[in-house]
Amino acid sequence: MAENKKRERYNIRISGLGGQGVVTTAHILGATMDNAGKYASLVPFFGSEKRMAPVEAYVRASSDPIYEVGEVVYPDIILIYHSQVVTHGKSYTMPFYTGLKPNSLIIINTDYDVLTEEDEKVLNDLNTTVVQFDATKLAKKIAGTELATNMAMMGMLLGLTKLVTTKHIEAAVRERFLGNSFVASGGTATLDSAIEKKFKKKEQLLTANMDVINQTFKMADSVDISGSELIVRFDV
Amino acid sequence: MSAITRPVLNKKQVEMNHLLHEAPREKHFITGAQAMAEAVKRANVDMAIAYPITPQSEVMHLVGDVFAQGHIKEYYRAEEELGTMSAIAGASRAGIRLFTATSGPGLLRGLEAIVSWPGHRVPAVLGILTRVVNAPLSIQPDNIEMAYMMHCGAVMLHAENQQDTFDFTLAAFAIAEKVDVYIPVAVATEGFFVTHAKGYVNMMSEDLVYKEFDPVASPVPAMDNETPPARIQRDAPVQKSNFMSYLIHSVWQQEIWDSNSRAMKYIYEYLGGPIEVQNPGSDVMILASGCAAAQAREAHRYAQEDGLSVGFVKVRAIRPFPRDEIREALKTAKTVIVPEHNIIGWLCTEVKAAIPNGGIVHEGPRVFGGMTLPVELIMFEIYEALGIEHKMKL
Repeated sequence: MAENKKRERYNIRISGLGGQGVVTTAHILGATMDNAGKYASLVPFFGSEKRMAPVEAYVRASSDPIYEVGEVVYPDIILIYHSQVVTHGKSYTMPFYTGLKPNSLIIINTDYDVLTEEDEKVLNDLNTTVVQFDATKLAKKIAGTELATNMAMMGMLLGLTKLVTTKHIEAAVRERFLGNSFVASGGTATLDSAIEKKFKKKEQLLTANMDVINQTFKMADSVDISGSELIVRFDV
Repeated sequence: MSAITRPVLNKKQVEMNHLLHEAPREKHFITGAQAMAEAVKRANVDMAIAYPITPQSEVMHLVGDVFAQGHIKEYYRAEEELGTMSAIAGASRAGIRLFTATSGPGLLRGLEAIVSWPGHRVPAVLGILTRVVNAPLSIQPDNIEMAYMMHCGAVMLHAENQQDTFDFTLAAFAIAEKVDVYIPVAVATEGFFVTHAKGYVNMMSEDLVYKEFDPVASPVPAMDNETPPARIQRDAPVQKSNFMSYLIHSVWQQEIWDSNSRAMKYIYEYLGGPIEVQNPGSDVMILASGCAAAQAREAHRYAQEDGLSVGFVKVRAIRPFPRDEIREALKTAKTVIVPEHNIIGWLCTEVKAAIPNGGIVHEGPRVFGGMTLPVELIMFEIYEALGIEHKMKL
């Protein structure tokens, strides 16, 4: 279709488990694009809204206004927040790469090689790049909490695609956690207060999140994913 | 008698043309539900009545807030939709401006009363936030319910996005109350995709408001309940004689549909016309209304980037149906693609009937049960129509 055109356009599907910050990522990504003077539209999936239940959220990000609406059925980018999304058979989209376009990017949070041989064959045929790293471990190591997993995933995405700078991300993260314009669901509000208790000051929460994002930007900068092997692995 | 005290607002009353076309606007990032409520806020509505149903409930909740802020004089939750729509008809006899909204099954429940509004000359504005009506139950935005609304004589507008929802809702009040129209106007848009998603909406100051409803200018006299008329249609036509019943019915219904046609000039005046056309004269024309028009607009952009002979027609008015305008826009097309959010393809059927060469109209693509209409489905049809090789696997 229009892959070779200069217009930046990414249709992103984010799959994870309730409580991992999937919907929060969609909101922050949207605000980040807005801060950068670009465009985004998001479709948070309001399913069961409980921890550990499958969750999907969708973000369209572009340098131009976006007209289309609805779920992203044919993504260019897939973020997988938990290996269970690949293995469990209970997620909203099975197999997880259904509808993936050729030459696309998948980022998976996992501590082991989660793709089957069959998965690898399909993804090879689509000329996909899979970036695999333990985002939860990274979040614990740098921010001291697994609740920053979404920051690691989002940081890796933005580090690899160079859609925006860390300055734009920082403004969006600040608005989400320190601003007052965001209306969270019940479950999300509980997690917000849990993470706020963990840090004495909200500024520390912001710093910890940004440390995770800066680290993933460094990791992303250290590799050239074009023409690489199917799977790019990072040690954390 | 209201238990809560609401502020008395002092707003500047203006003509609809000033409101829509001259008043400076500011850009806001809001949901479609907010856009509809913001339009109601500026429409000088006397009374709103509704019964909640997803996804409409967001709109009428916000209209409730607008009432509490003092922008509307009366607001109450009716017992259910037949009650709601009957109450709208009754309230309109007092000579006031009315707003209600509903979705899917709520629309069908209220339809018995709604289809009598045009004949009883009820100039109310009805928001339709689409939702699946058929089994299995779902709250998602399939728009088949609009097909049930199309044959009652009401004017029907179909909004593509949040901005349309705002502008169409505001314009609807002026269109409905024109002396030579004076029938209800329905403003439909897709639930969730528009109502619960945020988009950019340019809005004028809320200190401006549409001039108040003038019952004296109404072609149907308001009823003074302090001194009730001696005789309010004492005998229904059916009680007179069959002959009188046929006669009265035909006179009323022909007049309703003439009124419906006369709304077209106001759709031009306020909304710039019943259709929008891009790249007329292209081999393939994508024609769509509502949210499907947003997806079609995106497909049209992809096609332009690929240098394909593809044009785009957005249909804003479903009733009166812009037959002549669509004929003109499609006159040199070789294929017409009509993406829709319902299984029967009501827009497709209308377009086929409107043009002399209906065979060029392609059936679909359509999605059902309120699922997303991927732009890729439209691209697939474009490639097939133009005989372009592609590797799309859908």
